[in-house]
Amino acid sequence: MGVGAVLPMIRFAVDPLLMPKAEGTFVKVVEESSITDEPQEFRFQINQVDGWYESTPELTAWISKGSDGQIFALSPICKHLGCTINWNSQNDNQYFCPCHEAKYDQDGKNLKVAPSPLDEYEVEIREGVVYLGPLKANTRV
Amino acid sequence: MFKGIYNWIDDRLDITPMWRDVADHEVPEHVNPAHHFSAFVYCFGGLTFFITVIQILSGMFLTMYYVPDIINAYASVDYLQHKVAFGAIVRGMHHWGASLVIVMMFLHTLRVFFTGSYKAPREMNWVVGMLIFFIMLGLGFTGYLLPWDNKAYFATKVGMQIAESVPYIGVYVKELMQGGEIVGAQTLTRFFAIHVFFLPGALLAMLAAHFIMIRRQGISGPL
Repeated sequence: MGVGAVLPMIRFAVDPLLMPKAEGTFVKVVEESSITDEPQEFRFQINQVDGWYESTPELTAWISKGSDGQIFALSPICKHLGCTINWNSQNDNQYFCPCHEAKYDQDGKNLKVAPSPLDEYEVEIREGVVYLGPLKANTRV
Repeated sequence: MFKGIYNWIDDRLDITPMWRDVADHEVPEHVNPAHHFSAFVYCFGGLTFFITVIQILSGMFLTMYYVPDIINAYASVDYLQHKVAFGAIVRGMHHWGASLVIVMMFLHTLRVFFTGSYKAPREMNWVVGMLIFFIMLGLGFTGYLLPWDNKAYFATKVGMQIAESVPYIGVYVKELMQGGEIVGAQTLTRFFAIHVFFLPGALLAMLAAHFIMIRRQGISGPL
């Protein structure tokens, strides 16, 4: 009887863990032709469902063409403690985090302070337009 | 008149022995600051409890205005702080008291440690005291999110990353605490429930155990 009383409550509490995960959808960000070798900052909105609360938060990506000609998009969140990085703010062609001076190269490789490379958005190019999807670990370093 | 009421109840329920058990004791000389001033260190446990009572009372009153909802939480805290009479006082009691509980508990722990009071036969009470300590930390962690301002949000985010760093189970622990994949609407309601119902319930049970054990074993002797 005790179990009968407690089980529903346990299942109730862990429900978010067992919910099916939302499929990562791709969002239109920018024309392929405006991507340069120099990383540029682009903002885009995603649909986010948090229980009963749906919203469209704005995300940021640094998109550039690598030395291999591939277009890739990096997350602006520093892998050290989660501040926001900037490209070339120190005039050294690197990503720089103002909080603890972490540095990354153009591929997002961690050069200083940060323990791992910048995360990467999944990229899809459809008919000359760059679409970004969910974040994944950096694949370029 | 009080005597009359007391006697009336005592006739029916025989409450005098209970009263004697709970409160009618001499304070031993070595823990009484009136005898040896340095014995004030023995007051820290009682002071911790006193502030805990204030926390429970001020918290109960705060919930008259507060709502754990991401749209309105900040506005409700702003309102009760700035528009409600004595709002700054009542919220101030809860805010500063939260830190003071930790300070007092720490001093109490130091006293127990340096007087060796944790030794046999009081080991179990030390363990219960440690559980109370962790419950208090949990109360601090969950309460910090409730105003839903930038400081609250990012402090919780950092806390979640710490939880996530636990090997193997970290990811699940984080998601269970967040109630989802982000710190959001479900995190706030979850933390509110934990802060206001779950942890205080556990705390009261642990405090009862703490005090019953002190009653049974008495205060440790002089050094």
